[in-house]
Parts: sequence; structure tokens; C-alpha cells
Amino acid sequence: MNERIELDIRVPNETRYLSLIGKIGEFLAQTLQKYRGDREELAYHINLVLTEAVANAIRHARAEERVEEVHITISIHDHQLIIRVYDQGKGFDICSLPPTDQEEIDEKCLQDHGRGIYIMRTLMDRVSYRKMPQGNVLEMEKSL
Amino acid sequence: MLTHVGEQNAVVLIEVKEERLDAHNSSELKTQMLNLFEAGKNNIVVDLGDVRFVDSSGLGALVSGFKNASARNGNLKLCNLQPQVQSMFELTRLHRVFEIFPDNQRALASFQD
Repeated sequence: MNERIELDIRVPNETRYLSLIGKIGEFLAQTLQKYRGDREELAYHINLVLTEAVANAIRHARAEERVEEVHITISIHDHQLIIRVYDQGKGFDICSLPPTDQEEIDEKCLQDHGRGIYIMRTLMDRVSYRKMPQGNVLEMEKSL
Repeated sequence: MLTHVGEQNAVVLIEVKEERLDAHNSSELKTQMLNLFEAGKNNIVVDLGDVRFVDSSGLGALVSGFKNASARNGNLKLCNLQPQVQSMFELTRLHRVFEIFPDNQRALASFQD
């Protein structure tokens, strides 16, 4: 039987909840029945991409005073992990952030900001950011 | 953010006593380092022995400290990185930027070289 897990999480848009979200991601990795890779590494990576994505959503939600929560869904189905982080902020241009090209990363190594998207793109198979009628969704996908 | 701060031979040692260095607390570390720079303390070792998780904000705070130290003819070095934290530095190529030591005594001693 294929393992199917769906988590739907809403938390206040405050960074104090990053640790909670990250730990949920880690526990999820540890719970998987059939994962044959390095489970500890997967747990860390899920913790990390969730933290990065939710921190981004919180930063953009804060610009919109009416927004009080961050909405996250995590699903596992057919050995695919899909994480979606919804924000109702004005959003950001995923293309305008520092590129993933390694040469440019080397040059821009000493920037104070901008590593979050690079980390997500490196650790996940696919990352997209879509504007929707009621906000935006950052979607990350990984084959397990 | 909980840190222990000490000084040895004009080098400040900041031991970060938190499990996570992330978007929630990294600005506090940044501020703490800025206060040290303003007090004329330009040589810092950050001991991450208790830290099992660092995100891009945490890295950003350390990079900011490194740049400020360098601009003041000082240096910021790291020590006691847990394996997954070390991997983060390698992933983002920052292991080539920072001098990283296995323990704080070696990190502190390196300033005397």
C-alpha cells in the first residue's frame, strides 16, 4: 500500500513558530515507512526548506497588516513530497532573487541575504511561486 | 537568544546556547556582534557547539559579522560545528569564507599566529 500523508497547518505569522513547523517536518521524515535514503539528512532538509519557506511567507505577510496567519500543507503520496506555503502578502519575484548558478553563488557568497531560495532550489526537485486570487503559494516538490 | 560571552587575549568568544540559529533569533546575534564592534572588539570566535540547525538567516547574521569584523581589520571565526551545520556551510560555499575550527581553544589560539 502506498503511504499517503496529508498535513494542513495554520500558525500565527510569527517567527517563534518556525521551530514547531521545522520539527513537524523532521518527525514526518522519521515516520516514513518506506524511505530508503539517509533519513536523518532528509529530516534536516525538510526542516530547513520549511523554515526557509515559512520565514519568507512571514516576512511578506507582515507587510500586509490584515494578515495574521501562515498556511502550510505537507503531503506525501506516491513517493512524492509536496510542500505548499501560502501567503497573502504582495509576494516576491522568485526570478529576481539570487540565481542558483554556482559561479554566481561563489561571487555573491558574501551577501547578507538571498540564500533561502538557493537552499530550497538545491534541496528540492522543483520550486515554484504562483500568484493566486487570494494570495500566493510557494510550492516545493521532492521525489522520495 | 542565549549566549555565553567571554574574552581571552583580546578575542571575544560567543557561545551560542541555542539549538536553532534561524529567522527568529539571528537578528539578536547580529546586534550582539554589532555592539562588540562598537566597543572596539573586532576579533570574535562564535562557538556553535549547541546549534544543530542553522537557516539562511543564521548564515546571514554570521556573514554580516564577518564582513564587519574584516572592515575593522579584525576577524570572525567559527568552531564546534555539528555535522549538519557544517553541511550547510558547504552547501552555500561559506566553508571557504570562514575559518572553522574543531574547538574554541584552537580557534582562539589562531588569533595569536
